Amino acid sequence: MDSSRFEKLSDNAWRVQPFGAMRVPAIIYASEALLEEMDDKVFEQVTNVAMLPGIVRASYAMPDAHWGYGFPIGGVAAFDPAAGGVVSAGGVGFDVSCGVRTHLTSLGREEIVAVQEELADALYRDVPVGVGSEGKIALDDQAMNAMLNGGAKWAIEEGFGRPDDLDRIEERGCVAGADAAAVSDRAKERQRREMGTLGSGNHYLEVQEIKRIFDPETAAAFGLEQGKCVVTIHCGSRGLGHQIGTEYLREMAVTATDFGIALPDRELACAPINSELGGRYLGAMRAAINCALANREIIGHLARQVFARFLRHGELPLMFDVSHNTCKLETHEVDGIARQLFVHRKGATRAVGPGAPGLPAALARHGQPVLIGGSMGAGSYVLAGATESEARAFSSACHGAGRRMSRHAATRAWGGRQIVDELRARGIIVKSPSLRGVAEEAPGAYKDVESVVDCAEAAGLAKKVAYLAPLICIKG
Amino acid sequence: MNPETDFGLNVARWEQFPHGADLGVRGFGSTPAEAFAQAALAMCAAIVDPAAVCRDQAIEIEREASSLDLLLLDWLNALVYEMAARCMIFGAFEVAIADGKLIARAFGERISRERHAPAVEVKGATFTELAVREDEPGLWRAQCVIDV
Repeated sequence: MDSSRFEKLSDNAWRVQPFGAMRVPAIIYASEALLEEMDDKVFEQVTNVAMLPGIVRASYAMPDAHWGYGFPIGGVAAFDPAAGGVVSAGGVGFDVSCGVRTHLTSLGREEIVAVQEELADALYRDVPVGVGSEGKIALDDQAMNAMLNGGAKWAIEEGFGRPDDLDRIEERGCVAGADAAAVSDRAKERQRREMGTLGSGNHYLEVQEIKRIFDPETAAAFGLEQGKCVVTIHCGSRGLGHQIGTEYLREMAVTATDFGIALPDRELACAPINSELGGRYLGAMRAAINCALANREIIGHLARQVFARFLRHGELPLMFDVSHNTCKLETHEVDGIARQLFVHRKGATRAVGPGAPGLPAALARHGQPVLIGGSMGAGSYVLAGATESEARAFSSACHGAGRRMSRHAATRAWGGRQIVDELRARGIIVKSPSLRGVAEEAPGAYKDVESVVDCAEAAGLAKKVAYLAPLICIKG
Repeated sequence: MNPETDFGLNVARWEQFPHGADLGVRGFGSTPAEAFAQAALAMCAAIVDPAAVCRDQAIEIEREASSLDLLLLDWLNALVYEMAARCMIFGAFEVAIADGKLIARAFGERISRERHAPAVEVKGATFTELAVREDEPGLWRAQCVIDV
């Protein structure tokens, strides 16, 4: 994008003043270099979101923003139901509550490297991954509804995970207001045999080394020690979430005019929060969030089993579990007044700062961990929510590096075997059912995550805590 | 690209086009139904090469919508559902469309991670770039972006 289209607020913040049907400004957090690298659709989408009814303060885009469905990926927008605010299925997306969790180990790099190949094989064998894979459990109707209402809490009650995990999951592992009846039979059928599966595309399970510490005090509070290893899992609500996204996007798109909403883009499909459709979507979306939380809890349990069997080290305490792709009811102060707002984070992560309500005691002084995935080769970052993030973007931060190259272009530039071999030469073992899938996820297809994270810190969204380098990567 | 022309008499073919993080699928045909079948091939090709799919099983699909573009969305999403619920992949389609109603059969087999090495999972067909148009007489185009 041409930076001259924006009003520069600072080196890492740019504004588009309202024009046309925009109700609020659009604000993009990016360095000039990142802004110019973004596709033009980001401008169109972040300004389109600003046109939606009931939007509060601004339509935001994070440093990793790119072309999405209605909302830019990396889009954040809050709506006030008392002001006719809307909830948008496009603002949440198809993979509801896709997110990341990181488990700690007390194992050092050398201990992992000593069994790297065998550990990779065991994880690849025991964690269902890829298209057509089935989970270890199949849910009947009663269990399905219990899972949709209970989330990670349900998973733990079923023997997948530990009670102390809940302290380290947003909403303590279970979102209130889930409505299993708002989830269609088709969505449930898609999920019936998918519990505890990783999925495909950019989903992964990685064993990573804590390579660098930027903030020793916060890292210590998070349990991160340089040279030790962690296990990170990235996946979402699987087929259930996808089906909910599909169905509600369509229903909202075709009924928008009934509510007097002129959609600048059909993908911005939405409904008033205080409408039957809006309420029904919220119930279904919350059920999907619970599904994602349960799914990651089960996969965490499977990873613990592999580590226990393999390395006699199955503790793997959960550092934290974050979600992107959600709409959450939160309290935010706007112009000195506390308001109940529905905050959409589409490919963006909640990043509440120190002292925020709901943080576990051990993290309260430091803010919420924010887990930013890079690519197979580039590694990932752990950040901490910053106090300033509340004023910047309702306590939100980016979620990943974002692609800089289409899947097509990636498969033309690289072969899957080439990528696997190159990463192996760098000490990274990649396991995937599809070499074409590996090529599509080539490190070079992604933006530089370091520049995204540096910008997030400079913009006041979150603070760098640690850098994690991959050793094993299980990809769908 | 996978042209299936018969000395230029049959315009049926499919292609994929780039879209950021995901993928565009496009089908061409002499009728909307033919273009829909080709778009479905383009979508399935994102997962597995259709030529590598055995056509052992046939699934019947019926959909009705108020416009051709909504019908395309519903058709592709019906296939996404069937693939997910049945753990199947499809390699061929027979499609008929009349008065806003689609009646189709999808031919395929149970997906095998070892034999097919599926590359991505299709989450759903989207409204992005969604269009069903007669670009010129006897040449229909059906397209959209799919979330993978």
